[in-house]
Amino acid sequence: GAPRRGAARCRAAAAVKEPAASGSSSALSREKAADLYKDMLLGRGFEDMCAQMYYRGKMFGFVHLYNGQEAVSSGVIRALREDDFVCSTYRDHVHALSKGVPADNVMAELFGKATGICRGQGGSMHMFSEPHNMLGGFAFIGEGIPVATGAAFQTAYRRRVLGDEAADQVTCAFFGDGTCNNGAFYECLNMASLYKLPIIFCVENNLWAIGMDHRRATAPSMGDSKPHIWKKGEPFGMPGKLVDGMDVEAVHAAANEAIARARAGEGPTLLEFETYRFRGHSLADPDELRKPEEKELFAKRDPLPAFKKKLLARGVYTEEELKAMEKEVEAVVEASVEFADASPRPQENQLLENVFADPRGFGIGEDGRYLYERNM
Amino acid sequence: TAVNEALHEALESDGKAVVFGEDVGFGGVFRCTTGLAERFGRDRVFNTPLCEQGIVGFGVGLAAMGHRAIAEVQFADYIFPAMDQLVNEAAKYRYRSGGQWDCGGLTVRAPCGAVGHGGHYHSQSPEAYFTHTPGLKVVVPSGPREAKGLLLASIRDPNPVVFFEPKMMYRTSVEDVPEGDYELPLGEARVVREGSDATLVGWGPQVKVLVAAAKELEETDGAQCEVIDLRTLLPWDYETVCASVSKTGRLVVSHEASFTGGFGAEIAAFVSERCFLRLESPPVRVCGQDTPFPGHAHEPLFLPTQQKVVEAVRSSIGY
Repeated sequence: GAPRRGAARCRAAAAVKEPAASGSSSALSREKAADLYKDMLLGRGFEDMCAQMYYRGKMFGFVHLYNGQEAVSSGVIRALREDDFVCSTYRDHVHALSKGVPADNVMAELFGKATGICRGQGGSMHMFSEPHNMLGGFAFIGEGIPVATGAAFQTAYRRRVLGDEAADQVTCAFFGDGTCNNGAFYECLNMASLYKLPIIFCVENNLWAIGMDHRRATAPSMGDSKPHIWKKGEPFGMPGKLVDGMDVEAVHAAANEAIARARAGEGPTLLEFETYRFRGHSLADPDELRKPEEKELFAKRDPLPAFKKKLLARGVYTEEELKAMEKEVEAVVEASVEFADASPRPQENQLLENVFADPRGFGIGEDGRYLYERNM
Repeated sequence: TAVNEALHEALESDGKAVVFGEDVGFGGVFRCTTGLAERFGRDRVFNTPLCEQGIVGFGVGLAAMGHRAIAEVQFADYIFPAMDQLVNEAAKYRYRSGGQWDCGGLTVRAPCGAVGHGGHYHSQSPEAYFTHTPGLKVVVPSGPREAKGLLLASIRDPNPVVFFEPKMMYRTSVEDVPEGDYELPLGEARVVREGSDATLVGWGPQVKVLVAAAKELEETDGAQCEVIDLRTLLPWDYETVCASVSKTGRLVVSHEASFTGGFGAEIAAFVSERCFLRLESPPVRVCGQDTPFPGHAHEPLFLPTQQKVVEAVRSSIGY
């Protein structure tokens, strides 16, 4: 989309020097705190609703829920401008929501309806939204990273080559721990550094790639006993930071720093967020491999109650005010289901649309009628 | 599963056979590798990190050094990063080294095909891309009994084999699978049903559809269709198919993969040339639409359904 100056976001100018620092309360404005809390509530409520709808047969296929990782999506994406880019994975519902894609259209997409963000043709793993610069949604791990790198490149090109001062958009690429063993990841780290691109590589390390434990999939660096993904930044010429992904303030602070760096033309950053998914890899995953002790440890660090507790303790909001936010978000989620339910299915002829730029390429015959009888 | 049994047999009978891929350690996302790690040890059955190109490439090297490397690609849709290693390395190893080395020991297994809710990236049938590669063999079983025998044959075949397992059949297919070690020949098609009015050729999950169409046509039109399960696509058994078409005079090829450039095109072209004077009607292909594999809502419209096959056979017969 064309560069758009959205309403000025309240970006807390946090001067965080150490990684994994817990964000200080003074860095977060009251409005921003509410924004983050409501966004996490939306992420959680929406995904819980997805699980319900899936078991009721309203949603099909491979659905990967984000429960537990909300602090990362909210902390990073709510620090972005509307015209910044986000590139995600198959675990993309919440990234889309944080980016501002209306819950109605995300739910409709999941139900396969024509009012879905991709006209019902993408489904759970392919959330694309041009007005929000949400570049998807990829079923294939690592597939989105080069795409994000390209988006960052076009920003840098407009700024440095075409001299457009307003071209200061930032791109965030999200991916998991497993993906960090994929060739595409390394190729893009190198290119981002070489071309000094305004991109932030956001690793959502939830320790598991389906059934493969990160600690058994990734070799440690020399001298280490465990793997550290954030350390892979420096060999590729960019800062690498480890962040507590269960603490939305820490995430937000780290994101702000990396965003400021990118926007100033100083190049890429690699951020590793320690996080956890409370549910299985997908709704079809029996999740038998992860130990209960590990799950309990992370359940105790649930980002939502943790943040709520902080807000109450610091007197930023009262119990009633927070409850009102919770109710507000609940209503949004329920409305999205009603909207999706009431929406129509895609027309049959939609199958043949958008294969090529010219729909007559394969889809429409000389007489202007659709060709879907052709191969029957 | 039959595939699981085949893998047990393969590892049992050859001490240099290894199985690897994403998540195979716990049995894999389709349970094909259940019990293997426990029985044969994690040195022979192991998980790899997420890197298809690396997995297959590493398999090429392992096979070149004399092992039976059985690599699993979690979904056929993910095989594309590995395509370079398959097409440029595995297929050409024997040829370019003048026979000094080969990676005949390499077998790449990948679940393929529509499953009802797979969407764009868990439903594809990419066999056509690989049939265009001399040096590789491409095999697609149509059921559990076939799968076990064909997989064992593929593993033991002295050429690199890409083995596509229709994922729909992991759960839906119920068949008696013979116990123990047995192989089914590669490069030989199987005549599933005999008939003299039309030849229907398919592979994998489409074979069931063709059989159902043949039954319907027998009941409604009294037509007797011969159904052939190709089993191996490269090299394909053109003798069996041509003999059949010489008898029936009509050919209908059907596959889930898209129409244009699908493997059906190769079969139709070859048969047109070889059996020209025996044909009563032009060879016809009933295939997936020329679009990317669609989302759930459009899947039935995309696929070559029984109804579409029946109509195609009917028009052939009535030509």
